[in-house]
Parts: sequence; structure tokens; C-alpha cells
Amino acid sequence: MSDFLAMSGYAAYVWPSIGLTLALLWLNIVQARNALERAKSEARRRLSGGDDA
Amino acid sequence: MSWAWFHRFGSPPYFYAVAGRLVPWLAWPAGLLILAGLYGGVVMAPPDYQQSDAARIMYVHVPAAYVGMMSYSVMALAAAIGLVWRIKVCHAVAAATAPIGAGFTAVCLVTGMLWGQPMWGTYWAWDPRLVSMLVLLFFFLGYVGLRGAIDDISRADRSSAVLAIVGFVNVPIIHFSVTWWNSIHQGPSIIRKGGPAMPASMWVPLVLVIFGFTFYFYAVMLVRARAEVLRRDRGGSWVRELLAPEENP
Repeated sequence: MSDFLAMSGYAAYVWPSIGLTLALLWLNIVQARNALERAKSEARRRLSGGDDA
Repeated sequence: MSWAWFHRFGSPPYFYAVAGRLVPWLAWPAGLLILAGLYGGVVMAPPDYQQSDAARIMYVHVPAAYVGMMSYSVMALAAAIGLVWRIKVCHAVAAATAPIGAGFTAVCLVTGMLWGQPMWGTYWAWDPRLVSMLVLLFFFLGYVGLRGAIDDISRADRSSAVLAIVGFVNVPIIHFSVTWWNSIHQGPSIIRKGGPAMPASMWVPLVLVIFGFTFYFYAVMLVRARAEVLRRDRGGSWVRELLAPEENP
């Protein structure tokens, strides 16, 4: 296991690369969901307020 | 041949509904392909005979590069269709694509730097492949910045579409940069004459991650495009019908 984690000495390059990529995948999901929720609540607010866009 | 199906996608309520139904069908295969591909590449695949385990960066770097370039192509095509046929949904798709494409391009550059340091002895070189990829990131950021700077949405659509189309010339330049010029970067190693330059235990996981990232891109992009369509049409009657039931519970 520690051999695997050591990546034959390249751990400092391999793991940050993979970690960064996974972080991007996670961030995109969060941002997309937030954008849709924000658009929905914004639209609802306008409808209930009788404010025409 | 009838183009009615195509025009239907130009209708915001139709797009919003169909995109919403498509997302889970893209997201689940994406998750499975990415998990299988990363497991195959990072855990199962043999180390490279020259680069040892440093070559495992390939399993995230190459798919990120591919999605960065593919998403720019999607953005430019959607922007062009939106500009020529004045289809707002297409502009929404282009606007939704830009931040995602910028993210993948940035990850491609950073993982490339993390791969370059141990293998080339430097994080960065002013090399044709590296510079053209950096230019791609600047086009994505320029597109996002330009849209943000223009308040009127249809003017923002048109101006940013022109920028997206002009920037597309960079995509084939990135692809051929390693062939046209003497580059420090290696050439194509999967799709090339004589087949992949690596054993199946390496290229199969790589291809799985590429497909996984592609599905993932479309899933996330469609969610953002739905948000974009909703934001533009928030006063529209279809939005009223869509959101009314939740208004008075």
C-alpha cells in the first residue's frame, strides 16, 4: 500500500494532479446545481412579486 | 428531411424539459466510466517503461485536454448557430459551456506542469503545444469576461459569439502543434498510424476516462444551460406554469 502511495517517488506530482482533477469535477457539480437553484428561486421571486422581466 | 426536431430544441420550454430528462442518463454513465477508468489507470495499469508511475498523470491530463478542446468546439458551434439563426437556446448552451471548458483547460495546464517538472525538468516552457493551450484558456476567460461586461443579453450573445468563433482557429492549431513544430511535448499516442503507442492495459482506462469526462461535461453543461434558459425567460408563461405548483403549497 505504501509502495502504491509512493508512486515510485512521484507522489508529489501524481496525487496533486488527481486531487485537482477530482476537485474540479466536484466544483462543477456544485456550481451547476447552485446556478439552477438560483435561476429557479429568482424566477419564483419575480412571479410572486408580479414583477415582469 | 424535416428540420422540425431541430427547431423544437430552439424552444426554451422544450429544451428545458428534454435537457432535464437527459441529465441522469449522462451523469450515471459518466460516474461509472470515470471510476472504472481511474481505477484501471491509477491502480491496475503497469507503470510506464520510461516514466514509471509519473505517467499516471496521463489518465487525468489527456482527458482534461480532450474535454477542454471539445468543449471549445461545442461552444463555438453553438455560438455560430445562435448567431446565424438567432436561436437563444444555442447562446445559452455556449454561455453554459465556457466556465466548464475553462476549468478543464486550466486542469490540463496544471497537471501538465506537474508532469513536466519531473519529466522535462521544468514546470513550463514556451513551447507551441503549451502556449496554444494557454491561449485556449484565455479565449474561454475572454468569452466569460466579455459576456459579463455587457448588460444587454442579446448584445452579449452576439459579441461573445464572434469572439468564440474567431478563437476556434486555435483548436486545430493545438491539435497539430506537435506535428507542425518541433515541440517538447509528445505527439498523438492513441489515434495514430499503427495503432495506440501503448498496451491495452494503458489505453483502455485512458479511453474510459475520456468518455467519462465527455458524458460528465454534457451532464454539467445541460444543468447550467437549463439555468441559463430559465434566467432569460423568467417572465415567460412557460416558466409561470413550470413553477406555479410550488408557489402555493
